[in-house]
Amino acid sequence: MTDETIHETVDEDRRDFIHIAAGAAVVGGAGALAWPFVAQMLPAMDTRAASSLEVAVTGIPEGGEIRVLIGGKPFFLRRRTPAEIESAEAVDVSTLRDPETDDERLRPMGDGNLNRALLIVSGSCTHLGCVPVGPGSNTGDFGGWYCPCHGSHYDTSGRIRKGPAPTNLPVPTYEYNADGSAVTISL
Amino acid sequence: MSGHESTYKPNTGIEKWLDARLPIVRLVHGSFVDFPTPKNLNYWWTFGGILAVCLMTQIITGIVLAMHYVPNTEMAFASVERIMRDVEYGWLMRYIHANGASMFFLAVYIHMFRGLYYGSYKAPREISWILGVVIYLLMTGTAFMGYVLPWGQMSLHGSAVITSLIGSLPLIGEPIQIWLQGAPSIGNATLNRFFSLHYLLPFMIAGVVILHIWAFHTTGNNNPTGVEIKDPKKDAVPFHPYYTVKDGFAIIVFLMIFAGFVFYAPDVLGHADNYIEGNPLKTPAHIVPEWYLLPFYAILRAITFDIGPIPAKLGGVFAMFAAIAVLFIIPWLDTSKVRSLRYRPLARQFFFGFVFVCLMLGVAGASNPDDVVIPTGGDKLRYEASFEGTAERDAIKAVAASHDGKFSASKGVATVMFDDYHDATEFAEAAGIEEKPAVYHPGVKWLLVTQILMFCYFAYFFLVLPILGLVERPKDEPESIAKSIHHKEPTEGSAIPAE
Repeated sequence: MTDETIHETVDEDRRDFIHIAAGAAVVGGAGALAWPFVAQMLPAMDTRAASSLEVAVTGIPEGGEIRVLIGGKPFFLRRRTPAEIESAEAVDVSTLRDPETDDERLRPMGDGNLNRALLIVSGSCTHLGCVPVGPGSNTGDFGGWYCPCHGSHYDTSGRIRKGPAPTNLPVPTYEYNADGSAVTISL
Repeated sequence: MSGHESTYKPNTGIEKWLDARLPIVRLVHGSFVDFPTPKNLNYWWTFGGILAVCLMTQIITGIVLAMHYVPNTEMAFASVERIMRDVEYGWLMRYIHANGASMFFLAVYIHMFRGLYYGSYKAPREISWILGVVIYLLMTGTAFMGYVLPWGQMSLHGSAVITSLIGSLPLIGEPIQIWLQGAPSIGNATLNRFFSLHYLLPFMIAGVVILHIWAFHTTGNNNPTGVEIKDPKKDAVPFHPYYTVKDGFAIIVFLMIFAGFVFYAPDVLGHADNYIEGNPLKTPAHIVPEWYLLPFYAILRAITFDIGPIPAKLGGVFAMFAAIAVLFIIPWLDTSKVRSLRYRPLARQFFFGFVFVCLMLGVAGASNPDDVVIPTGGDKLRYEASFEGTAERDAIKAVAASHDGKFSASKGVATVMFDDYHDATEFAEAAGIEEKPAVYHPGVKWLLVTQILMFCYFAYFFLVLPILGLVERPKDEPESIAKSIHHKEPTEGSAIPAE
């Protein structure tokens, strides 16, 4: 009945099993419980629902652009002049930092043809996320956009031509509606 | 916090380095690993650990909710609905937090009744008990302010009722009420400060919890016999693994019940009215606090009469605060030297009566004071008619008598009661009364029951505890904890099987 007797009869295997089983249950439970506490900081349902937007494009004047925010991020929708389209297509792609043809930066309409006049790009400079200035202000050395933060110059296809930015302004996922009068842009 | 010399031995170099500079591992080791704990603690003692879990749960889920909640009267209700519908696992966080408050109070009430039953408030543990009451007070304040945050109908009007309690104080009451609200009424300023304080107070609770543990680790735990540890080798076991495992098991069972509420009945302890956005122009028909404050709410409403110069409203406020304040002085109200009610058969019966009174006060708090508890007869129809002079009164009385009506009169108003509908209508015709009769339910109302319960509540502290200690003859306490367990002194070759 003394403590010594009890200690002598400890079954170490059995005790190890209990320790491992209890430890595994604690770790498994804590892990399962931790997930909701991590996940609650993810974008909420309403935030995710606001991550796509339909924009009417017929009202954009030639040579001008409109700017929209989707989920707080800026996007440029620009109706290019024939001269701007021509200069974008005339570039020798092999000389570019981020080689892309102008066609690769457009998306087909419902009938499968490209609407070469309308260029849609992200409005965040790929250097450090400033919003470049564009038509009506300063279009930079290549007629597209100019980032005032650190001097990145984009051409009329939104491609990086000069300055510190590493890549072209990304083209978001978007689709034309049936008659081509509007686009739906998604993050 | 350990209150005893820890047996902690730092083994590695880094442990020795840390121990010489900040002996925090030693402190934790001495408090929760080798702390000598009475070996006879029963499951009522696991509620301390359960409460620690409750506090942590509330703080962690609360921090999460504060990331999504907006403390503004225009947006608070919508932000809570957004948490419920849009935020990832927001429903889980809020339901854990809301039900967690109820589970916290359930556990704290069991913990407090355990302390009362086993005399854990008696010397030398008065400070532990008082700090516990302080924690309880902070909990009620925190819970009350937290309930205001969703800005539902109950939030708004419940807080209006409680802050107006302070307004009932003479002279200083109204200025203090306005200062608390930050406006002439409950509004955005109130909501903002309640949010701030609701975030602050749990950390104050955590601080007082540390003092609470420090205090009872200095005196040592009480135990079901109420007899102090005499020989730690025989009477005590180290906290780990004996009580970490026992507490752990109890915590798991408690969490299962908790989860049952969260996943299967998350709103059963709340009020549907709080899912209606707060509207200052419309008070809900039946306004009650959360269940855990109902006994005090019952006491608040029980004072319906002026006590000398104290008007009824203020009397109710005093009674309610006195009901909590009395807990602070229990160590000096109880005159008995015997801690555990195991050895006080009479006090034990009074204790269970007291528990019943507390539970019934809760039921009374949830009931309408004017509802009948015990009917004393069938429903009656009642007419009231005013009269001038004895001649008019006697005329009504005569008409009433001819139609089997029971007549009574006071202060110029005659009341006539009827068992039978036809008698009543005939009387009304004869007496020329055009109004419809009121239905009268004779019986004992909740108000009277509540007043009796309130008397019992205070009588337990101010009559039973002081007097019983002087007149009761307690049973013999065991010589030691060890002897209370091994009723027969274990001897060589006794009935204990060899191992």
